[in-house]
Amino acid sequence: MSESNLVNEIKVIVFQLKDEEYGVEVNQVRSIERMQHITRVPRTPDFVKGVINLRGVVTPIIELRNRFGIDEVESNDSTRIIIVAVGDMEVGLIVDAANDVVDIPNDIIEPPPEVVGGIEAEYLRGVAKMEKRLLILLNLAKVLNPKEIKEIKSIEANG
Amino acid sequence: MEKNQYLDMFIDESKEHLQAMNDHLLKLENSPENVAIVNEIFRSAHTLKGMAATMGFEDLASLTHIMENVLDGIRNHKISVTSEILDVVFESVDDLEAMVFSIAGGGDGRRNVTKVVSQLEKIEKGESLKEKQLKENLSSTVELNTSEQTSTTETYDDFEVTVLTQATEQGFHVNQIHISLREDCILKAARVFMVFEVLEQVGEIIKSTPTVDVLEEENFDYDFTVTLITKESSEDVKNRILKVSEIENVEVTAIDINTYKSTSSADQPKEENLPVKEDLVEEGSPNKQTVKKETNQQEKANNSASKTIRVNIERLDILMNLFEELVIDRGRLEQIARDLKSSELTETVEHMSRISGDLQNIILNMRMVPVEQVFNRFPRMVRGLAKDLKKRVNLEIIGAETELDRTVIDEIGDPLVHLLRNSIDHGVETPQQRLSVGKTEEGNITLRAYHSGNHVFIEVSDDGAGINREKVLKKAIQNGVVTKESEKSLTDRQVFELLFASGLSTADQITDVSGRGVGLDVVKNKIESLGGNVTVDSVLGEGTTFSIQLPLTLSIISVMLVEVQSEKYAIPLSSIIETAIVKDEDILAAHNQKVIDFRGSVVPLINLTDFFDVPRTRERDAYHSIVIVRKGEKMAGLVVDSFIGQQEIVLKSLGNYLTNVFAISGATILGDGQVALIVDCNALIK
Repeated sequence: MSESNLVNEIKVIVFQLKDEEYGVEVNQVRSIERMQHITRVPRTPDFVKGVINLRGVVTPIIELRNRFGIDEVESNDSTRIIIVAVGDMEVGLIVDAANDVVDIPNDIIEPPPEVVGGIEAEYLRGVAKMEKRLLILLNLAKVLNPKEIKEIKSIEANG
Repeated sequence: MEKNQYLDMFIDESKEHLQAMNDHLLKLENSPENVAIVNEIFRSAHTLKGMAATMGFEDLASLTHIMENVLDGIRNHKISVTSEILDVVFESVDDLEAMVFSIAGGGDGRRNVTKVVSQLEKIEKGESLKEKQLKENLSSTVELNTSEQTSTTETYDDFEVTVLTQATEQGFHVNQIHISLREDCILKAARVFMVFEVLEQVGEIIKSTPTVDVLEEENFDYDFTVTLITKESSEDVKNRILKVSEIENVEVTAIDINTYKSTSSADQPKEENLPVKEDLVEEGSPNKQTVKKETNQQEKANNSASKTIRVNIERLDILMNLFEELVIDRGRLEQIARDLKSSELTETVEHMSRISGDLQNIILNMRMVPVEQVFNRFPRMVRGLAKDLKKRVNLEIIGAETELDRTVIDEIGDPLVHLLRNSIDHGVETPQQRLSVGKTEEGNITLRAYHSGNHVFIEVSDDGAGINREKVLKKAIQNGVVTKESEKSLTDRQVFELLFASGLSTADQITDVSGRGVGLDVVKNKIESLGGNVTVDSVLGEGTTFSIQLPLTLSIISVMLVEVQSEKYAIPLSSIIETAIVKDEDILAAHNQKVIDFRGSVVPLINLTDFFDVPRTRERDAYHSIVIVRKGEKMAGLVVDSFIGQQEIVLKSLGNYLTNVFAISGATILGDGQVALIVDCNALIK
């Protein structure tokens, strides 16, 4: 479209889950860590893998595959923990790999289709088509909503 | 706008000075003739005035100024200290406090203080608030060695003459001492200091020529003159001074102040009106000595105060975090040293471990502050409250030096205020009631703090009426807190515990202070949120004791580390009774619940492997390690796989994402850098 729109770009960190590429805004990312020992926290939903010691701060870790209902795999050399901050929460997300940082012009972001890669639309901010790549942008506030934990808990309890 | 950056400092310091004034005013009330205390108050007031003026808070500055005038009068014995005068001064300090709080709250610190101001002005002019001028029945028992009388070389101003006159009236000798140092004296100031110290032991120095400042700067030749009031004989004083080395000569001359007055052209009719309290005359040297002692202590306190700095608690937290990282790296180094089997490296790492251990203690200690910080505002509050309620209360504070973590200190103020108010209002009876039951008119409230194990106890006890069991029960039944049937089965303690139930107040009349049924339940909630608990004990007619148990710190706790399969958990030592190892056959079953017989009581077992769904990595064993924990009277046995040991750990939260994880109260980072979870025993026991 017009030139002014091109300036409106967002910078995202690109990571991989199974075969898809996802993006989270760089200003929400605190750091990217290698896989390390995770202390399991009992009586929490399955996708909460536990907590790690992140430079003296106890940080909860979420298995993003599990969160989105993708089959879990063993961690390997490329597995990364992306530490993100949303509001007053700091949470680590386990991803298959963290590949890249890219700038995405706002105008190529399209609203998400109903279901992408098995993830419900409400967790997504949009989808960006870049040349041959398709980037799925996450709505972290929704993914990390603590209320979800409770809901899932109660579902599990009922089941 | 540049001022803003100083505002916080101004507010902090103002509060400190106001607190100091309050403290000293209370002391002054007990020993009204102590000039040293007045000086302290004066100093605080003066500093406050200066700061307020600089910051542009005119009202604050002007009220302080007027108060300062009164204090100056007291200091110079123009005004004698009476309860009425102190009331007005207290009131003005209250006003000052209100102003400072208004400033802290973003206000302009203005306040209508005309009443207090006019009262202060009256005092300053020497008009009595109540026409109760004390008669001057001071016999002039002037004992002076008139034979040694020579012409005085010193001249005194009005105030000094007044002081000297009073001193003579109280039986002190006034001596003028001329001291010459040896000409080869090297450290003149040091000798002067020593002489002054000697003199201050025997009496009080009223004047020195040249002034002390000049003497300290060594801006004098070899001799100086001081005026001393003392009870000692001049010969004794002289000998004492001569004990200081490098003194050439000492001349002690007694002065008859009356003669001085008549010879000096300035006549002082003023001092005839001087209202001096009767007891002032009677109090002789023993009192003087205690006064001296007090000033010494105050000087010490001042010295230590000047050596502290303010540090934001956040910085200490950051320091602690950084330190923990260091500890983790230390753990790794230890591991590497072991693997490399290098004795040099091992030695260095061991040394580092010791240093980091010391460092940890220092960092933890930095966060500890004496409860005094909270306690020091209570005497003032109790005094005011007792006056309002027309009761006579003596507050005794024991163990104010007991230290607690800063985070706890910040929180316990309000609960303690509640308890003290409660004691004054409900506990201590009116003087008439007390007399009629054969007690002294004055009620006693004791505020006591002490360490015990990993806890700090704070007790508020009074010797008042005690808690009336029947009354509490009646009220509780009325409010539906207990049923009539259960009434009989409740123990006294259980009944007293009802006081902490919300909406229950046994006060017959609702007063301003308490009786609205809020308070004790708030106290209980607050204390429990701090990880402590509060109990009450009472004997009808003899008094009530509230006892608060608090953890020493909120950030460091002692735990027992245990292994459950291959996971590590920390169990707070405060809830552990003991550990035990039991065999399969010792475990009994009752109603599908495994129990053991532990010292005569049946204790249910909780298998942490099952409870926390820990993946099984170990073979089942016929012997079980059990940690017996308690919550109040109830107990439970936690089945674990092995005990690792006792350790001090730093308490960490699980973050804002994982809130309210069941039966986990937090986490900690172990030496190897891994996170261990802390078991919340209170949640395990139902």
